[in-house]
Amino acid sequence: MVPLLEVLKIRKSFGSHVANRDITFTVNSGEVLAILGENGAGKTTLMNIIFGHYLADGGVVRCCGQELKRGDPRAAIEAGIGMVHQHFTLAENLTVLENTLIGTQSLWKPMLSTANAKQKLVTLADQFGLDINPDAYVHQMSVGEKQRLEILKTLINDCRLLILDEPTASLTPQEAVGLFKSIHKMVSSGLGVIIISHKLNEIMQVSDRIIVLRAGEIVGTVNTADASKRQLGEMIVGQKINRPVRRSSRMFDPKIKLENICTRKTNLHAAGLKNINLAVRGGEIMGVVGVAGNGQRSLAEVMSGHIKPTSGNVIIKGVLALKYTPMSFMEAGVAYIPEDRTNDGVVGDMSVWENAVLTETKNTALVDRMTIVRTPQCRSTAEHICITNDVRFQSINQPARLLSGGNIQKLLIGRWFARSPEIIIACQPSRGLDEGAIGAVHQSLLAARGRGGGCGADF
Amino acid sequence: MILDFLEVLVNAGFWAATIRIACPLLLATLGELICERAGVLNLGIEGIMSIGAMVGWTTVYMGADLSTGVLAAALVGASFGLLHAGFTVYLGASQHVTGIGITLFASSIGYFAFRLLLPSSTTPPKITAFQPLDIPILSDLPFLGEALFEHTAFTYLAFLAVPFVLWLMNRTPFGLAVKVAGENPMALEAQGIDVLGVRTLAVMIGSALMALGGAYLTMSAFDAFYFGMVNGRGWIAVALVIFASWRPSKALLGALLFAGLDAYQVRAQQLAGAVIPYQFFLMLPYLLSIVAMVAAAKSTQYPKALLIPFRRGERH
Repeated sequence: MVPLLEVLKIRKSFGSHVANRDITFTVNSGEVLAILGENGAGKTTLMNIIFGHYLADGGVVRCCGQELKRGDPRAAIEAGIGMVHQHFTLAENLTVLENTLIGTQSLWKPMLSTANAKQKLVTLADQFGLDINPDAYVHQMSVGEKQRLEILKTLINDCRLLILDEPTASLTPQEAVGLFKSIHKMVSSGLGVIIISHKLNEIMQVSDRIIVLRAGEIVGTVNTADASKRQLGEMIVGQKINRPVRRSSRMFDPKIKLENICTRKTNLHAAGLKNINLAVRGGEIMGVVGVAGNGQRSLAEVMSGHIKPTSGNVIIKGVLALKYTPMSFMEAGVAYIPEDRTNDGVVGDMSVWENAVLTETKNTALVDRMTIVRTPQCRSTAEHICITNDVRFQSINQPARLLSGGNIQKLLIGRWFARSPEIIIACQPSRGLDEGAIGAVHQSLLAARGRGGGCGADF
Repeated sequence: MILDFLEVLVNAGFWAATIRIACPLLLATLGELICERAGVLNLGIEGIMSIGAMVGWTTVYMGADLSTGVLAAALVGASFGLLHAGFTVYLGASQHVTGIGITLFASSIGYFAFRLLLPSSTTPPKITAFQPLDIPILSDLPFLGEALFEHTAFTYLAFLAVPFVLWLMNRTPFGLAVKVAGENPMALEAQGIDVLGVRTLAVMIGSALMALGGAYLTMSAFDAFYFGMVNGRGWIAVALVIFASWRPSKALLGALLFAGLDAYQVRAQQLAGAVIPYQFFLMLPYLLSIVAMVAAAKSTQYPKALLIPFRRGERH
């Protein structure tokens, strides 16, 4: 039997960085192949080559025995390959139906035909359990709906091989279960599916076969039935995983206390706070749990001085806070690691070193009295932060947005910890990170606790 | 006194003038709208209108017929659109800077060529411009006939551009691709469609419409060409696109509203010129446009990828 997809000796480098090294594998129809690996292992690059977004430096991709034209997404689509990108490729101000029509008809046709397409969309949605309203506008939809739309876009083009790049990254657990059900329906109707992820649990649940990628190379192929999580985890990282062990620690006086805090609702979807009383002691990590949108954001923002409560007191190290500005809270020893690290944590277009010293505008070692930035000192401080926190980059001058999520998070943590904060507010600090990075983040927080800092963390 | 001001509104001449003044604005606004829906701000609009005015007029002055003049203006507009797209779409240059550059270049080279062709004339020579059509029955209607049905063919063409653009943007696969190019170019790329090609073609079509807006001035509203005759209409069109929330039907409304204010201020000047300085009335349409823009712009959904160049194979 001819395999659905054959990938032979694919090579790709970006400058001196080798993203893919002689990758060879096949996918058959009716199977789910998982590609596992850390952030930056080359998974997305590989998929972008198969789909034709990138030109490989060498190697061949065959679909049903036919060699694919290199670097041409149109050819891949016509051969029956469909890809759902990690960052959705949807036009927000258009409807679901319009989004599915893109690329299905010749650009030079004088009239867009919509009736058949709508019928096909509804049929496919029904067949695979991908519930959707064809006339809704994309900007009104939830993340789960947007993803269903992305899958439907590929099915409308009669795809036989579906590539899903980190499909569950922003889904709720319930939405992920729905997605897996749809994947099973697609596979039993004869499609092949490639799913890229670094979440072991999900991969074990949904895949038939697993390929592990590390530093651009395939380090192993296993049948899911024979695999164990522990073995896979070690293959991904390349060494035994050491999750930090939590030992009991000595407690000190409260570092931060909230008394009867109330806040306004921040927007339609997120609740405000009602009479919150809590205290975080030195040497303690307090976890805050709950379904998103129930006030976690408001809590973190009150504790970091971003919003002023409508009533109640915040007491930091025994002193009543009078001014609610991020700067006054920072000076009192608060560090705030925001939930949305790429938008609220770093300035994506500024360099790594600039981001590493972004909080230090009042530090006279880095900024002189005339408020002129001392560049050499800033760079060396930034380098020190990056080395001690294992932030990996190609150049310290590269824009921060090109760092992987794990490296951005390590940079943020390093930046705050360089100030020796006494209160750390970390929101979802390990979300979307791979095993290695999660270990590093947890290790940092535990070490901070050991030094006697208080931690409020939303996990 | 107040009655005099109201009486202007029931004057058929006022409505006919509104329609005439709206035409160049309408064509230019629709042109800019297509460019921006594709994600490209085209500030070359003022210069492209200017060169369209010059080329259309000169073609006719050299002996060609009026429709050839219209066609020539559109082609020159499209070529300047190609120039703009070359810099902004393919080279990813700043759309603001390129656009201002195109405006300065196109209006200057247009006037330069005009002086080369007609070096000695001091008073601008004239052509036989488009003449009002006499439509049987309709033109003879009281009031409506004078207001709506005593216009030139070019005027009707300008208004037909609205259904044309509506059809292009909302009914064709190409229009869909244009809108997606301005919203999320990766969505086009992911379907194997050439984003740069779609954007370039959209800018060329839009620029052709702008040039027609300029040609209307020299070939229908007036019968001569002189320097600076576009007089800021291009910039008004850029503002009208925002007023219209990037929708062709609202662009029609915006152009008519601005033209109406302009036609009204001329008549108001005559009525109250002795009491209120005429500059006050000259200012009125602009002032009221700003107010309308502020009111309308609040709720707009602007094209998400406007001003952002797209490069293939780059990490986003």
